[in-house]
Amino acid sequence: MNNAVPVNSTTRAVGSVMRRELSGYFATPVAWVFIVIFLVMAGVFTFYIGSFYERGIADLAPYFQFHPWLYLFLVPAIAMRLWAEERRSGTVELLLTLPVTTWQAVVGKFLAAWLFIGIALGLTFPIWLTVNYLGEPDNGVILAGYIGSWLMAGGFLAIGSCMSAVTRNQVVAFILSVVVCFGFLLSGLPMVMNLFSGWAPQVLLDLIADFSFISRFGSISKGVLDLRDLTYFALVIVFWLIANTVVLDLRKAD
Amino acid sequence: MSQVRVEARALIKRYGNLTAVRDLEFEIGSGEVLGFLGPNGAGKSTTMKMLTGFLAPSSGTAIINGHDIVEDSLAARRCMGYLPEGAPAYGEMTVRAFLEFVAGARGYSGAEARSRAAAALERLNLSRVPEQPIETLSKGFKRRVGLAQAILHDPDVLILDEPTDGLDPNQKHEVRTLIREMAADKIIVISTHILEEVAAVCNRAMIIADGRLLVDDTPAGLLKRSRYHNAVTLEVDQPERAASVLSELSQARKVEIREGEVTVFPAEGAELLEVVSGVVREQGWAVRELRLEKGRMDEVFRQVTQQEVAA
Repeated sequence: MNNAVPVNSTTRAVGSVMRRELSGYFATPVAWVFIVIFLVMAGVFTFYIGSFYERGIADLAPYFQFHPWLYLFLVPAIAMRLWAEERRSGTVELLLTLPVTTWQAVVGKFLAAWLFIGIALGLTFPIWLTVNYLGEPDNGVILAGYIGSWLMAGGFLAIGSCMSAVTRNQVVAFILSVVVCFGFLLSGLPMVMNLFSGWAPQVLLDLIADFSFISRFGSISKGVLDLRDLTYFALVIVFWLIANTVVLDLRKAD
Repeated sequence: MSQVRVEARALIKRYGNLTAVRDLEFEIGSGEVLGFLGPNGAGKSTTMKMLTGFLAPSSGTAIINGHDIVEDSLAARRCMGYLPEGAPAYGEMTVRAFLEFVAGARGYSGAEARSRAAAALERLNLSRVPEQPIETLSKGFKRRVGLAQAILHDPDVLILDEPTDGLDPNQKHEVRTLIREMAADKIIVISTHILEEVAAVCNRAMIIADGRLLVDDTPAGLLKRSRYHNAVTLEVDQPERAASVLSELSQARKVEIREGEVTVFPAEGAELLEVVSGVVREQGWAVRELRLEKGRMDEVFRQVTQQEVAA
């Protein structure tokens, strides 16, 4: 009983922040613009650059392989307003003087944006119907691809949300989060490793190489739902949301 | 129910090298409407942000209704309603959706949240605009929306940062009436730089400058500090002649002429009104106006705050 009350009130606080945020997306053109652009871009990448038809293979690899690059720009575009906008308009003062902790507000806003991206991702279902019409794909692999893609979007989003708390300027928030996301995307590739090799210890090098979104996502989208990869994305999300909370508490005054 | 109290204990807020609030210490009891007065940048808003749990104090704390704002911030916030400066709100939301969101975040669920929001709409005369997006509303309406969210849970403590700033005289009157109506069983703290507001709604006033509490008094007490307190001002045809006659009075400490008006300042403890009107009758002056000054708030304000700056 003693435990039930706080858990309940946490759920309620997170839930009300999340619902408000989510309805906010659809009250403005942001949601529709994002969804349309996401669907168009996903289509363009899959059919033109990914040669979906020409390959003649019944799977969604050409669709999923471009998701990291699609998210690199589209997710920071969603994330940039999360806190920068609250601080610019002063509503952060309203929100954080309600009986809602900073962590609850951070999680609520993150979940709303994540669900929203999930909706956009879900709306690409015609491509799944198409591939099932054309051939007999492994739907388990496709499901894994969707799960992996959504998790990766969550990682990008958590980074973007934290960057959005750093500044009240949305353009700065956007650029910062693209840069950090780019780093996470490419870590493990030579161009990032070269920055560290020579001076950083091997342990750190291995760690950085392990941080690559692309290799993690790659294995999930091949249908390998490894617990380590899932944990990796979960940890990335939690880490950046904690950082987000700390940054917000430090910087909400100015 | 026990008495509502707000206590500030050695509140200090530093931003880097700048100390915005220095060692504030005060107690407020229920029924009090406290006006925070002070020049811009005096630390009024910072103090309110600490009381409401938005900013953590650098040291010290405040106790709201028995809840420490540092140790038990959520419980303290639950018994407070807060109108931040400029009444920020989510512009794309409708008035009703916004109020229902605040009700939800305050822990009311479903039907109760809706009825709380509806009651607040009613109370603030927002019933004409419940489905309008907040960003399309006029300044006065936006302020009312901000007040509606602050009072929705019927808080014991209401903290309003410049509630009437930028409103037209009718809207100011409305807001002040509302504050007076709610005052009886609550603690209300308002910050303002409009001096007449303090006389209009507050029963206690604090002047803050440079982060320090300089004066803590009733509005009447503040007026008593004015050199105009109990002075008599009259408008006559020949101010110079009147001034020279009046300066002969033993009850007069000093006589000044300003813009054709003669002001007689009383000597310590003297009652001037009777005496001056006696002289007027005696001399048969044509007096267009004769008034007893209560004191001038702006003068006290300048005197208190500038003394501080000089010192």
